Amino acid sequence: MLIKPSQDLTENDVTPEVIYQARREFMQGSLLTATGLGALSLSGNALSSPSQITDLDLPAPDWIKQKINSASANTQQISESLTPYEHVTGHNNFYEFGYEKTDPAEKSHKFKPFPWKVTIAGEVNKPGEYNLEDILSKVQMEERIYRLRCVEAWSMVIPWIGFSLADLIKIVEPKSSAKYVSFISVERPREMPGQASAFSNIEWPYREGLRLDEAMNPLALMAVGLYGKVLPNQNGAPLRLVVPWKYGFKSIKSIVKIKFTEKPPKTTWNLLAPKEYGFYANVNPEVDHPRWSQARERRLPSGLLKPNTIETQMFNGYAAEVAYLYKDMNLKKFY
Amino acid sequence: MSITIRRVLIFFLSLIPLGFIVYKTLTNDLGADPAKTIVLFTGNWAFYFLLITLAVTPLRRIIQLNVLHFRWLQAHRRMLGLFTLFYAVLHLVSFLWFVLGWEFSRFDDELIKRPYILVTIPAVLLLIALGITSTKGMMKRLGKNWLLLHKTIYVIALLAWVHVLMQVRSSYFDAVFFGVLVFLLLVVRWNNFRWVQFFYPKNSRASNTNRRDDNI
Repeated sequence: MLIKPSQDLTENDVTPEVIYQARREFMQGSLLTATGLGALSLSGNALSSPSQITDLDLPAPDWIKQKINSASANTQQISESLTPYEHVTGHNNFYEFGYEKTDPAEKSHKFKPFPWKVTIAGEVNKPGEYNLEDILSKVQMEERIYRLRCVEAWSMVIPWIGFSLADLIKIVEPKSSAKYVSFISVERPREMPGQASAFSNIEWPYREGLRLDEAMNPLALMAVGLYGKVLPNQNGAPLRLVVPWKYGFKSIKSIVKIKFTEKPPKTTWNLLAPKEYGFYANVNPEVDHPRWSQARERRLPSGLLKPNTIETQMFNGYAAEVAYLYKDMNLKKFY
Repeated sequence: MSITIRRVLIFFLSLIPLGFIVYKTLTNDLGADPAKTIVLFTGNWAFYFLLITLAVTPLRRIIQLNVLHFRWLQAHRRMLGLFTLFYAVLHLVSFLWFVLGWEFSRFDDELIKRPYILVTIPAVLLLIALGITSTKGMMKRLGKNWLLLHKTIYVIALLAWVHVLMQVRSSYFDAVFFGVLVFLLLVVRWNNFRWVQFFYPKNSRASNTNRRDDNI
C-alpha cells in the first residue's frame, strides 16, 4: 500500500524551501527532464509543514492567505514525487478557458475569483448564499498530497490545501431525503474565453455530482490552494473539488453552487458522451475508455526518450479508503 | 528568381517547423507532456503540408491574373508532397518512440484500442507509396497507373481528417478547420476546374493547357 498514516516525524522531515527553489532551477535549466529523469524526489517522507512554493505571490485577500498558512501538513505518506509547480499550473484541462492544455494558464488572467459566494440549495436545513470567507472560518485547513489521474491517461501528484467536503456538508445539514450532491461551476463568458467559443460543444455551466456517501468520504476535499499558495485561476480558483479516486473531470473547479438532491444530478461529460463518461468515473484500469486503454498512465512530467508510463491502480490507489462505497456494484456497467 | 533558388528557399522554409520543435526540445520548453507536444506538432504540420500540396493546382487554375498567378508553384509541388511525407513520418516515429517507447507489446492497448490511430495505417502506407513513386523515372514506368496511384492523395486527406475528427472531445475547432479546408480543396476540382473558365475571357484559356499530371 502506498499511503499510510505517518509516524515518527521530526523536524528533520521538513523539506527545506531551498529544495523547491533548486528544483525549479533544475527544471528550467536542464534537458534532463526531457530525457526521462523527471523531478527530484523529495517525498517518500510525509512532510511536517505544507509544501511551499516561495518565489510567488498571487494576488488574493489576506483572509484566504492567512487561512491557507494555517493548514496542517499532509499526514499521509506517498512514495511518489510531487509534480513540479509549473506543470501543475501550466498543463491542465479547464475548458472554460480553452481546449489546449496550455490555455488555462495563458487565458485565465481576466478571471476575478474574489469576492466569492457559494449558493447552497436543495434538500438541506441551512440553504442560502455563503461567503467563501464565512465557510473557511468554520473549517480546518490541511494539506493533502493526492494523485490526480486524468481520463486522458496522464497523471500528476499535487499538494492541495483545503478542507474536507464532509465538514462543509455537516455545516449545511442535509435532510434525510438528500441522496446526491450536485456542483455547478461559474459561468462568465467575458472572463472565460472557452465559454465564449463557438466551437465548444460543452453546454455551460460545467456541472458535476457525487453520491452523498461518496461526498462524505474523508478523502473528498474542497481545495482553495496548492503548493502552500492560493489556487491560481487556471486550477479552479477560488474553490474546487478534489476527488482523487475518480478521473480528474469529476473534480469540478470554481464552484458557485452546491445542491443536494434526491435524484442523480446531470453531469457535463456524461451529457456530452454518455458511452464514454459515466456518472461514477472511478479510476479503473480494467474498464477502458471506448477510444483508449485505461490500464496505464503517463505520470507527468514525462520524459521524452523514456516515457514515464506506469500501471494505473484501482481507484487510483485509494481502494482501501473508498472500495466499500462500490461493493456489489458492477463497475463495468457503472463506469 | 531562378527555379533553383526558389527550390532551395522552399526547402529551407519547410524545415522551419522542424527547427522550431528541435529548439523547443533542446531548451526544455515542451511542457509537462513533451511526447504529446511533439506528436501533436508534427501531426499538425504533416496535415498543413498536405493541404498546401493539395492547394497548388487549385491556386494555379483559379488565380490566372497576369501579375498574380501561381504557375511557378507547380514546379515545387513534389517537394511539398515529400515534406508532407516527412512530417507524417516524424509524427509516426515520435508516437512510436516518445509515447510507445518502442514497446510493441503495448500495441494492444495503445493501437488496437485507439481506432483513430488504426485509420491512419492505410494513409501512411499510401503516403510512403506516393513518396517512392514521386520520381520522374517512376512516373514513366507506371504510365497511366501513376496518375491513378497519386489520386489516392484525396483518400489520404480524408483519412487524416477522420483521424482528427475521431479525437474530438470538447471542441470542434480542429475538426472543422481541417474539414472545411479538405472539403474546399476537393470541391474546387469539380469537373477538372472547367467551372473556372466561366470567370475568365476566352483568350486566357490557352495559357491553361493541361499538363500530364494536371488532373491531381
